[in-house]
Amino acid sequence: MEIFFQQIINGLVQGSVYALVALGYTMVYGILGLINFAHGEVVMVGAMLALSALTALIGWGVPPLLALPVSLLLAMAGCMLLGFGIERIAYRPLRHAPRLAPLITAIGVSIVLQNLAMMIWGREYHAFPQLINNQSHHVGGAIINDIQIVIIITALGLMAGLMAIVHRTSLGCAMRAVAENQHAAQLMGVDVNRVISVTFMLGSALAAIAGLMVSANYGLAHYYMGFLLGLKAFTAAVLGGIGNLRGAMLGGLLLGLIESLGAGYIGDLTGGFLGSQYQDVFAFFVLIAVLVFRPSGLLGERLAERA
Amino acid sequence: MKCATIPASSPPILERRVNKLLEISGLEVGYGGIHAVKGIDFHIGQGELVALIGSNGAGKTTTLKALAGLIAPVGGQIDYDGRVLNAVPAHQRVSMGIALVPEGRGVFARLTVAENLLMGAYSRRDHAAIDDDLARMYALFPRLVERRDQLAGTLSGGEQQMLAMARALMSRPRLLMLDEPSMGLAPLMVKKIFETIREVAAQGMSILLVEQNARLALQVSSRSYVMEGGSITLSGASADLLGSDAVQRAYLGG
Repeated sequence: MEIFFQQIINGLVQGSVYALVALGYTMVYGILGLINFAHGEVVMVGAMLALSALTALIGWGVPPLLALPVSLLLAMAGCMLLGFGIERIAYRPLRHAPRLAPLITAIGVSIVLQNLAMMIWGREYHAFPQLINNQSHHVGGAIINDIQIVIIITALGLMAGLMAIVHRTSLGCAMRAVAENQHAAQLMGVDVNRVISVTFMLGSALAAIAGLMVSANYGLAHYYMGFLLGLKAFTAAVLGGIGNLRGAMLGGLLLGLIESLGAGYIGDLTGGFLGSQYQDVFAFFVLIAVLVFRPSGLLGERLAERA
Repeated sequence: MKCATIPASSPPILERRVNKLLEISGLEVGYGGIHAVKGIDFHIGQGELVALIGSNGAGKTTTLKALAGLIAPVGGQIDYDGRVLNAVPAHQRVSMGIALVPEGRGVFARLTVAENLLMGAYSRRDHAAIDDDLARMYALFPRLVERRDQLAGTLSGGEQQMLAMARALMSRPRLLMLDEPSMGLAPLMVKKIFETIREVAAQGMSILLVEQNARLALQVSSRSYVMEGGSITLSGASADLLGSDAVQRAYLGG
């Protein structure tokens, strides 16, 4: 039972991160029908920027509790600029090209970003500086630490905030209108290009926060971290129903839980034949199962729209 | 559509000197090598209700799209209120007072009725006046009040057409363009929609009406243009066109 609780906590922490990243995939897909495969790299750049800023600021003697939000804001700003640039350079010129074209540029952007990150930050793992005395708390036999509590609460807050933007503001209304019918949105006076840029920037800001969360939780960041994380978050988005915001959140949290419970019990289930290093297999098993049995995802729409 | 009996409009005053709100000269529009509009000229005066009729594929919808900015013209000039519109992007034309109710209505099915109406006012910043206009639209189309929190996709075709018109009016247009507002609607609904068009026109709004139902369009408008194969072949007072043999034979089935 203790293992169970512990894996639930681990799953929620991991799932919160997946959910934030999955939102970026799903928002862009909802509006452009495009899988932005470079999104995982934006998470990595966010983590790297935050880490560099944090290390520098602490080196200059800035108190950790001030350095952290400042680095986060810098990383968010950097990633928003990056997301904006990716859309302008790699996707906008191909808006009316066959669907395969932007998919290929997405992979290209992701390779470019990885290599740039490798040139800037090197191949080695970067340790996340110890900022606070990260205290552990015992909850029903399981352990949760301060960083994990902050991650879960922040992620839930961000998700609520994003839903409020999308459903309560005129920008959000415009985003949903553009997602549904770009021509009609133009006829309402919506600058479609601007809405698309804002969507990329919102997703990238969330990615930066997710990047900082991951590196704080594992205490590490490195140039290749975006690949697997991005792929899993994409899986989460597909699991929830790509294009659906609530689906991305649900899919993220579920995938985190599935992975973590799977890792906790796989040894018992296979009589010790497979160990917890097979954790990653669960995510992709889920992806395949969803694609086979419910391609529209858990909350995806299957109804055809009316003309 | 025999049930939609709308009395003929008051005789147009041909000699009235109207300020031209919109003037189109030599407009050519084409896509993918097809020349859908082959150099047309027409104008709409301040407060005029002008109809553009013609058979399917005559280039009427393409003309409207060019006026709204959804397609860039390949030739000619669009003058609106003293400005050349050719290079103005579609979303900026809305705040200049141009609204198009597109063919097929283009309501946002996954937005509520109220959200659709607010999208119509997206380019406006006068929030108090927007609330007033919202109330006015609900008064004009009481059916929409009951359905304000429903997703627009759940509305009937006629209700969607009402919503699309109300949404366009929410931008406070000076030029309202309607593309086939009667299409696919039951006769009673057509009647209601055309009554609203007359009401709006009576308030002094300039309207460009594209209709396949030529009789209806000629009855409600003061002047009309007939389009055929991308060119304007006939024009004049609607009452005259309604009586002309050529129009009778080609478009009124008589």
